Amino acid sequence: MSALPIAEVMQETALPEALSESVAARAAIQAPILPRTDVGADPPAVKWLVIAVAAGFLGLFIVLPLVCVFGQAFANGIAAYAAALTDPDTLSAIRLTLIVAAISVAVNTVFGVIGAWAIAKFEFRGKNLLITLIELPFSVSPVIAGLVFVLLFGLQGYLGPWLAGHDVKVIFALPGIALATIFVTFPFVVRELVPLMQQQGTDEEEAALSLGASGLKTFFRVTLPNVKWALLYGVLLCNARAMGEFGAVSVVSGHVRGATNTMPLHVEALYDSYQFAAAFAVSSLLALLALVTLVVKALLETRLAKESRS
Amino acid sequence: MRISVIDASKRFGDFTALDRVNLDVRSGELLALLGPSGSGKTTLLRIVAGLDWPDDGQVQFDGEDALSRPAGKRRVGFVFQHYALFRHMTVFENVAFGLRAKPRAERPGETEIRRRVDKLLDLVQLRWLAERYPAQLSGGQRQRIALARALAIEPKVLLLDEPFGSLDAKVRKGLRRWLRNLHREIHVTSIFVTHDQEEALEVADRIVVMDKGHIEQIGTPQQVYSNPQTPFVHEFIGESVVLPVFVQDNQVRFDGRPIGIVPKGMADGAATLFARPFDVTILPARAGDADLKGVVKRIHGIGPARRLEIEIGNEQASRTIEIDASRSRQWHVGQAVSVRPEQYHLFPDRL
Repeated sequence: MSALPIAEVMQETALPEALSESVAARAAIQAPILPRTDVGADPPAVKWLVIAVAAGFLGLFIVLPLVCVFGQAFANGIAAYAAALTDPDTLSAIRLTLIVAAISVAVNTVFGVIGAWAIAKFEFRGKNLLITLIELPFSVSPVIAGLVFVLLFGLQGYLGPWLAGHDVKVIFALPGIALATIFVTFPFVVRELVPLMQQQGTDEEEAALSLGASGLKTFFRVTLPNVKWALLYGVLLCNARAMGEFGAVSVVSGHVRGATNTMPLHVEALYDSYQFAAAFAVSSLLALLALVTLVVKALLETRLAKESRS
Repeated sequence: MRISVIDASKRFGDFTALDRVNLDVRSGELLALLGPSGSGKTTLLRIVAGLDWPDDGQVQFDGEDALSRPAGKRRVGFVFQHYALFRHMTVFENVAFGLRAKPRAERPGETEIRRRVDKLLDLVQLRWLAERYPAQLSGGQRQRIALARALAIEPKVLLLDEPFGSLDAKVRKGLRRWLRNLHREIHVTSIFVTHDQEEALEVADRIVVMDKGHIEQIGTPQQVYSNPQTPFVHEFIGESVVLPVFVQDNQVRFDGRPIGIVPKGMADGAATLFARPFDVTILPARAGDADLKGVVKRIHGIGPARRLEIEIGNEQASRTIEIDASRSRQWHVGQAVSVRPEQYHLFPDRL
């Protein structure tokens, strides 16, 4: 706080003399002159040292592994890379990953919007409990998440016999993988939407309703457009996690090559059978996904900043 | 349209926002709901709009039940305190929203929508901002767009929640006059909520003064100002000099001494005397007079006025009042004076 803005205010409003004196006196009490403490005042050596340490860590833990992944993927040449990616088992893993990601993103988007709506725009008992429960998947180990579904739907599980009786396969099949992935990626969309919706309040919805719009119209023309960038952001993170999930999926999948292996599981299977180049070729796809996610995320963040500002 | 609120009550948990409120709004009038925050005025407005429902009581539009109709079917234009413009739509689309939201059968065509929105933007004198987004407008412009948007559905009632609350003083004054003129022009029944008495006195045809979920008084600005019916109204509207007094033997007493005021048939007991500062005359004290005595504690002169701070009563029960006094006399600190309320209101204290 400097004295300048106060001086400006005084000029603008031309306070009576007695009053402006007291304002200045109060300002003097409120704004003691503090020594400058910004980083720029440090010697340049310190600055460069700090930057170098940060860059070193980044290089060692992020860039180097990434380079390794692509290096190993192309170790046996482009032809081997292409062959690894067009292998039927690999294609099957890619297909399964895409399907699972599509299902869990769709489910979690719908749930996320409804959940965020409920939390942000209504007051009800048990709201804090609901918020805690939604965050639960973040604090539970994915392996446990997978085991829970085996316990529920496995042959020895609570619902297993009934499902088997009706010829429905959940564990070691697509439904189980999708369920485990949905569980793990559950919080992403809600978490992005709740704070924004809370901040925006219900005024615009009420305005739309009083102007004669139906509830559905209000939702699609007012609520949803107001949070579209946050929603996309949540969907993006949800998708990245859904495609990359290993632990939970590993427990429920059964690891059948060409049938129930997702991409991360397939990478492990290839690696375990000493097909290193192929393993890294599939890994490179996941790494690429991560890079694309990163770029889109950066783009969305600028949009998002705008959304919550206006 | 005539609006009747009958015995409306509303509670939020332990808080009583409205306690059996009755109100009749005449067709075409501009009514102000005036009160401090927490008085229930916004709740009452929202109940009329259909954005809240009373726990008990009725709301009628032209004698017909309105509570069974949702907000969108009441033909109510609502202007929110913080405008609530749709942030992702242009000004034009904001105003057009109510027309586009109509069911297909009643929805006007695109050219008709354009014509009507342009007309409304002309009415609020902001047509040149049609393609801007709300974030690009000033507070006063947003307020006018919010009004144009509310008028687009040709409402039978216009409801405004603290319409000038978040504007700076200068813009507020201009908009006030503008709203008054606009109302004269379109003549739609309007209710606005405010906590600013000056605003209510200047703009409204009638004022409803509310406190703690009750209506304290309904009347024209002149009536509520000159003839307040409760102590609350007297204190809330305009400046007041307030004295705790006691009525006994057909005399009004302060600090045990009669002060030369007749209680006009009021029953004995504790009471409070209210007067406007400009209705109180200050004279140099004369021994023997049966009137209110005080001592000048401070004198400050701003502009043409000479304002005196006067302490009344003894050490135990002293009160300081501020009165504008005549400049033609000489005043000095420590001077003994007589304080004479020429016009006043006397209210028995509620037990």
